[in-house]
Amino acid sequence: MNASRPNTFVDGPDVDGHFGIYGGRYVAETLMPLVLELERVYAEVREDREFWREFDDYLAHYVGRPSPLYHAEPLSDRLGGAKIYFKRDELNHTGAHKINNCIGQIMLALRMGKKRIIAETGAGQHGVATATVAARFGLPCVIYMGAKDIERQKPNVFRMRLLGAEIVTVTSGSETLKDAMNEALRDWVANVEDTFYIIGTAAGPHPYPRLVRDFQSVIGRETRAQMNEREGRLPDSLVACIGGGSNAIGLFHPFLDDQTIDIYGVEAAGRGLESGAHAASLTAGRPGVLHGNRTYLLQNEDGQIKEAHSISAGLDYPGIGPEHSWLYDTGRVKYVTATDNEALSAFQLCCKTEGIIPALEPAHALAFVIRHAPTLPKDHLLVMNMCGRGDKDIFTVADALGVTL
Amino acid sequence: MTSLAADRLGACFATLRKEGQAAMIAFITAGDPDHDTSLSLLCGLPRAGVDVIELGMPFTDPVADGPAIEAANLRALKNGANMVRTLDLVRHFRRNDDTTPIILMGYFNPIYAYGAEKFVADAAASGVDGFIVVDLPLEEIAELENPANTAGLNVVRLATPTTDDARLETVLAGAKGFVYYVAIAGITGSASADAKSVDIAVTRIRRHTNLPIAVGFGIRTPEQAAAIARVADATVVGSAIVSKLEQNLDDQGMARPELVDQVMELVSALASGVRQARSAAAE
Repeated sequence: MNASRPNTFVDGPDVDGHFGIYGGRYVAETLMPLVLELERVYAEVREDREFWREFDDYLAHYVGRPSPLYHAEPLSDRLGGAKIYFKRDELNHTGAHKINNCIGQIMLALRMGKKRIIAETGAGQHGVATATVAARFGLPCVIYMGAKDIERQKPNVFRMRLLGAEIVTVTSGSETLKDAMNEALRDWVANVEDTFYIIGTAAGPHPYPRLVRDFQSVIGRETRAQMNEREGRLPDSLVACIGGGSNAIGLFHPFLDDQTIDIYGVEAAGRGLESGAHAASLTAGRPGVLHGNRTYLLQNEDGQIKEAHSISAGLDYPGIGPEHSWLYDTGRVKYVTATDNEALSAFQLCCKTEGIIPALEPAHALAFVIRHAPTLPKDHLLVMNMCGRGDKDIFTVADALGVTL
Repeated sequence: MTSLAADRLGACFATLRKEGQAAMIAFITAGDPDHDTSLSLLCGLPRAGVDVIELGMPFTDPVADGPAIEAANLRALKNGANMVRTLDLVRHFRRNDDTTPIILMGYFNPIYAYGAEKFVADAAASGVDGFIVVDLPLEEIAELENPANTAGLNVVRLATPTTDDARLETVLAGAKGFVYYVAIAGITGSASADAKSVDIAVTRIRRHTNLPIAVGFGIRTPEQAAAIARVADATVVGSAIVSKLEQNLDDQGMARPELVDQVMELVSALASGVRQARSAAAE
């Protein structure tokens, strides 16, 4: 693409929140003062050791970090290629990587004196993680969720209610994550004085993509240390699924300047790229502006946003975090795809060979691993982020397999 | 830079200022509910007393808008609206009206997809006078403002209740055409603006600019329009007009025969509210 290869991949974003041409702050003027205030507070927090000590403490004792780096030996043997490791972020409290970011953001909310939390959710994982920290830190919480997603993620809806969150059903547009984010932005603009918006992925107006990345980078930092301890060296390749891309950027970022490491992001190809029913923003989209940032989007020639499709509600979004758009253009990260069917097969294989029920999101990453690992030598160390567990998905999978529960 | 476009907007506000009147600005969405009805509405607005037209550029994800205008956007898109056809509407309108300013209002992505420079050039050639793009705050506005300045079109800056004095200074430095004050922290068509707080805000903004100040968001009735017209240079009404349009759709979402007349009746009432506001205040 048009970006030249920089000397370092870790010093972004620039002062205005840009990764190359991506990112920025495309929000209503009403929100700008707050966005600038968040930027100021976060700049202060970055230098505040006490903040990070407290953050690490919650991650250790509330979330359960570090998550293990597990050698998936049966799967490695079966595929007959690379030595495959899973970064087990599905073992976190609430069952996914989402909680890492929520802890960090609610600490920022408290520091800014905010009294109310809002969030959007697709699969419900970010909603559950947000409702969890809101309960833990004693703030009221409103979660926006598309009507379609409420229907396909009923257990998570009930979990959020148990945790004391108010769920607002979003019936506008395609009734999924994109529209939930629209409604959360509408709430935010009307309640800007007292409300903190906990964005669930490394997207949105600056400084969100940066701060979400920083909070999630614990995944990659742990992986470095754990791999060094296990194998005495760094991994050869990294693989993660990409919706908005927060689990992926969290794993990738601490390795971006180790340029011998191959890095793969796996987008959801849904029913196949040629079907048009997919969520592969990089592979099949174009740069555009939505939800506060410039990034690759699924859109028509008139700039109207297309509906995304994926069997995984967490990947069912027509955009992607701006840093991924930049990593795509510069070629540092390779972005590939996996279809609904490939993810379903990978899901089942993982259950049977590893005794791990993965979420449908990392099942996409696993689908790529299944294709790719056999082409690699046995001493090739591959780390895949198992970013969520699949309990939430058993209804969707049963339905796809024609099983009535 | 002077140009015909800048003149239309400047001339409009100059005339009203001379008459001691505030401007009535009406918003409709281009292509809502369909292209032909939208053209009839557009052409009828000046006769109903509208001084400046805000024409919405349909977008799938209008996050600054409430349910009424969001629905209008989706109706228009469903019935074939796009950026090219929006400019077609303006071109048609200009065949019979070369004085009423038209400001295109919307979101940046459709402009970016069209190509900002090309869009500004095509908009200027179609008879557009300026733009309001709600997701381009000062920090990102240059992308549209630079080509617009070259073409002599206005990119209207927005101020809101959360824009403090320090920021207001920078937001209004280099502002052109008029300033749009968003009267409430919120989305279109929600809470009502209260005239007293608007008065305070307008006074605050006047310390930073000599441009006319338009006030919008939450203004629904002729009485509210009049109250705003007493304290600001222009009153903007959008959601109420779009809701009236929606009430005149049939079960299939198509325009009933009386739709245009019904909408014009409301717009006339709003415009006379604005017109009488200052004469009533003077009595």
